[in-house]
Amino acid sequence: MTADPGETPAATVDAGTADLTLDAKVAAADVPPAILAQSLGEYVRVWWLRVRSGNSGLLPVVMAIVVVAVVFEIITPEHAYLRPSNLVYIFGLSTVYMVLAMAETLVLLLAEVDLSVGAVALIGGVIAFKLVQQPGPDWPWWLAVLAAFAICGAIGALQGALTAVLKVPSFVSTLGGFLLFSGVLVIILGGADSTVSLNTSDPNQNVIYEMVQGLISPVVAWIILAVVVVAAGASQWARTVRRRRRGLTTPPLILTAIKLALTAIFGAAVVIICSVNRGSSLRSVTGVPWVIPIVLVVLGIWTVVLQRTRFGRYIYAVGGNPEATRRAGVSLPAIRIWAFALCSATAALGGILLGSFFYGEYSSNTADPGQLVLYTVAAAVIGGVSLFGGRGKAIHGVLGGLLIGGIAYGVSLLSLGSLSTPLQYILPGGVLLIAVLIDVQSRRGAGAVTGV
Amino acid sequence: MTEVNEAPAGASRGGDGAEPLLRLRGIDKHFGPVQALYGVNLDLPAGQVTGLCGDNGAGKSVLTRTISGAHQPDHGEIFFDGKPVHIRSTRDASALGIETVYQDLALADNLDIVQNMFLGREPLSYGLLDEDSMELQAAETLSSLRVTTVRSIRQPVASLSGGQRQSVAVAKAVMWNSKLVLLDEPTAALGVVQTRSVLDLIKRLRDRGLAVMVISHNLTDVFEVADRIAVLYLGRMVAEGPTSTFDLQSVVQYMTTGTASGRPYEAAGSASGKG
Amino acid sequence: MTADPSETPVATADAGTDDLTLDESVAAADVPPELVARSLGQYLRASLLQVRSGNSGVLPVILGLVAVAVAFQILNSKFLSAQNLVNLFEQSTVYMLLAMAEIFALLLGEIDLSVGLVMGLGSVVVAELVQPSGANWPWWAAIIVTLLACAAVGFIQGTLVARLRMPSFIVTLGGLLILEGVAIIVLGGSLVGIGNSQYSNELALYDIFWGSFSPVVGWILLAVTVGAAAAGLWRRDARKRRRNLQAAPRSLTVMKIVLIAVAGSAVVAVCNINRAHFGTIEGVPYIIPIVLIVLGACTLLLQRTRFGRYVYAIGGSATAAERAGVRLPVIRTWCFVLAGLISGIAGVLFASWQVSLTTNIIKASNSYVLLAVAAAVIGGTSLFGGRGKTIHGILGGLVIGGIYNGLYLLGVSSQWIDVVVAGVLLAAALIDVLSRRGAPGRT
Repeated sequence: MTADPGETPAATVDAGTADLTLDAKVAAADVPPAILAQSLGEYVRVWWLRVRSGNSGLLPVVMAIVVVAVVFEIITPEHAYLRPSNLVYIFGLSTVYMVLAMAETLVLLLAEVDLSVGAVALIGGVIAFKLVQQPGPDWPWWLAVLAAFAICGAIGALQGALTAVLKVPSFVSTLGGFLLFSGVLVIILGGADSTVSLNTSDPNQNVIYEMVQGLISPVVAWIILAVVVVAAGASQWARTVRRRRRGLTTPPLILTAIKLALTAIFGAAVVIICSVNRGSSLRSVTGVPWVIPIVLVVLGIWTVVLQRTRFGRYIYAVGGNPEATRRAGVSLPAIRIWAFALCSATAALGGILLGSFFYGEYSSNTADPGQLVLYTVAAAVIGGVSLFGGRGKAIHGVLGGLLIGGIAYGVSLLSLGSLSTPLQYILPGGVLLIAVLIDVQSRRGAGAVTGV
Repeated sequence: MTEVNEAPAGASRGGDGAEPLLRLRGIDKHFGPVQALYGVNLDLPAGQVTGLCGDNGAGKSVLTRTISGAHQPDHGEIFFDGKPVHIRSTRDASALGIETVYQDLALADNLDIVQNMFLGREPLSYGLLDEDSMELQAAETLSSLRVTTVRSIRQPVASLSGGQRQSVAVAKAVMWNSKLVLLDEPTAALGVVQTRSVLDLIKRLRDRGLAVMVISHNLTDVFEVADRIAVLYLGRMVAEGPTSTFDLQSVVQYMTTGTASGRPYEAAGSASGKG
Repeated sequence: MTADPSETPVATADAGTDDLTLDESVAAADVPPELVARSLGQYLRASLLQVRSGNSGVLPVILGLVAVAVAFQILNSKFLSAQNLVNLFEQSTVYMLLAMAEIFALLLGEIDLSVGLVMGLGSVVVAELVQPSGANWPWWAAIIVTLLACAAVGFIQGTLVARLRMPSFIVTLGGLLILEGVAIIVLGGSLVGIGNSQYSNELALYDIFWGSFSPVVGWILLAVTVGAAAAGLWRRDARKRRRNLQAAPRSLTVMKIVLIAVAGSAVVAVCNINRAHFGTIEGVPYIIPIVLIVLGACTLLLQRTRFGRYVYAIGGSATAAERAGVRLPVIRTWCFVLAGLISGIAGVLFASWQVSLTTNIIKASNSYVLLAVAAAVIGGTSLFGGRGKTIHGILGGLVIGGIYNGLYLLGVSSQWIDVVVAGVLLAAALIDVLSRRGAPGRT
């Protein structure tokens, strides 16, 4: 098991002693417990010590999800929050934020920020929608999607170049990008009140529509889940065994087993929820939305890229110590430009999903790019990605996105009348501030110097 | 890739009259109107530790950076393994086998020991990082250098003590077929115990046949670990020779006035005399 | 004349020579020419050398103003008409105030993204408070409470940044979201208007933006202001000369006074031209002196007080400032309070300008922050901290106002205007970065 750079805070702590024993010193030394623990009991003990010393990893976001679920379930009229039909809606809405948060994570890891991710996402969505129009360009859906990726990737590369080569601070260049592309969005749409929508009777356009709205039948979903769990389990097992044989560091086997079991349980829960009939007895609506496996694929890709490729390694390195990375021979501008480009390209996917989520309709009122970016940064940060760079993983974006989606939808379920619109602004703002506060405090608690 | 327990081919142990690994002759370097180095000569034999001393502003950093490829000299020649070379970049230096450990160590706090040691030169297997062989090799290097106080090689570097970080930085330099290692103030920020372990590490490098140059303000450390001493004064090399020909007072005098007891340094039959 | 901290760039240049003669080494050493010039001629020559060596001060923005004026006048001959010019001044006041607010954050090396929404919130609060059917407060009480509220918002944000050390762009980003929600709540979901002239409080508020002095009063005010400024400048320079301190040559002081008088006269003259289609509207609008008072107060604060000196110090090197005993959290918090306060003033003007405020207008006030940042940077304030003056906000605000006004006159749709402004912001940021080339910076 490798020490995931996503998990280690950038603290400098003098251990004081050469000998690191498995106790408070280790916790203070911020070593991921999986590395040193020889048994499950040790692991739990060290993990708890780490939590108490302020380095809690996924715990806050998971707890927050639980709290949000409980609170909204209580205060929603008729306790409807946890109804399967609402839950599936939340899953669907959250996927947009998950994808956007994963995109933003790439840039946050560099200790930069991309404030244009919302506007770029919408541009990507609109471009894809416009390209599949009949009569019109009538491109095949996959080509339209690729075009959206490419164009948004180019936008990101441009912003990355401004930041990396011309040294314009990233929040200024992406702030300008935000304004620029908000305007461009309206221009592409053809005016402030125009819309572009998908015609679902056209099979080509229907594919995009089905990304969020389409469903996988429960049987197929179970099969897919089983295959994924077994494959993941087998490969993890094989890897652990192989590393043990070569004498390399491995976590206790039972830990791997527990993680696998938890994943399987969570997956099963999702499938079960989605399999409950949420239509009527006349027209049953069951099944897992296609978007969930789509997002899991994106999660898988970004996890592999960030943890297992050179490029991902260098992203963490630049976020941790740009000077050291430069001296190691890595081209800083190249890494930065690619990170911004990939962030914007991934955001394009988020935009396409957003359009699909809103029943295939895109207008300039579909989403507010400013609100999108705030939700996105909030999702990433509360998921566990640090604003100061060098710490975070793709899974953090997924969990944070789920939380934000849950909050956003929960607020709209409460019939608060005139309060509901302003709350849609106030809540994410508050969540963002709390998330960042936690991030700052956890860096403080770990002894890091965040500057004067 | 260097085999862990063998000395590099062609290395010479000190004192046997063989050609030094690195030889600088007549190096000049100026920055604008400021002349940083005047006609500097320096020999760095393999299997020996050379301590580079000098007051602030004497030119130690400039000289180090010239050897490591960060600066190009205006005049002079550099011979590596007896052959004239032009070191135009840090990559050139690395290719020759020259590795530098700067004072700030250049470690990324959020990465672990293995990831830091391989930063920029990670091996791949099927396009993905070959974590296993990186970990094995890093472990071998550390153990061959007797760096044993680290609990796990997968610890993030942020959690190591100053001495351990220094050891990791040195191990990183040594792992790459290096023949010459330059260390800039390796013990400056360390306490007594940690200084001891770093000095022992330096001696182990020498015992493996590498040439080592250590810049240090701490003359006690220099006298303990160096086989040769070179003193810079206002950009000129005013004294260079075996440690036995110096004492503490004379080194200080060379550093502050360029002469000792009013006389310049005279080499007395050293293995590689001043050119 | 002291070396203004706002004018000395952060670069370190080795002058190469001990003797500060009036030549390239002085220009290279970035010494303000007023300090070493002994005559007007020397001053001009040294200034020119400074410009050529890359340290151009407010020259780019003045050139920008001229370029904007010329370009738009060519495209639309009504641009430089009296009516339009006063319009331009009036519209620019909001940008100027927001830019001045932003400068307080930028000088620290931080940023305040919420200035637009603080303005929006302020406008809604002041409008609601004078509603006869609601709170029905006297206009002056409404204004005071509004300013206090906006300053309080600044205090909260400043505390989060200064004491909890949260990144300022996140705090103000979250802040602007929250403020948007609060503003919508205060608005009560519909609209609020101050256009009903039957109610004296509403009328007073309305007059702030739309009212003006009579022409005679305008000239009197100008005379008094120029007289006071002239006397102040003269006495200060005379006192320095008397004590043998470094002072600008007399001819330079005279020239400055003359320039102020000329510019002021031009403004008053233009404003006094009748600009109404029917009837008479003439005279200097109230808002011009309001903005000038804010400018004067902020300039005084930043250049002549300890507080201001510490602000520049933190922007230059926070560590050095801290070691010198500057209390960073206090200074930082106060800067955000001032930013909030000035945004509140802008809010009062905004309410008066728009007359009726709706939810959409609140949402649109979001984009003002970009204009504020752009105005500050175009004017010459650096994004990296430590360099800038309040006058930059005025000049930059005029440029932005000019661009907006000109494009609007040409019938350009608002989307495209957004695009243009984004381009201008990026260009200004680029210039800022390039002018810092050579100073130690990020990797």
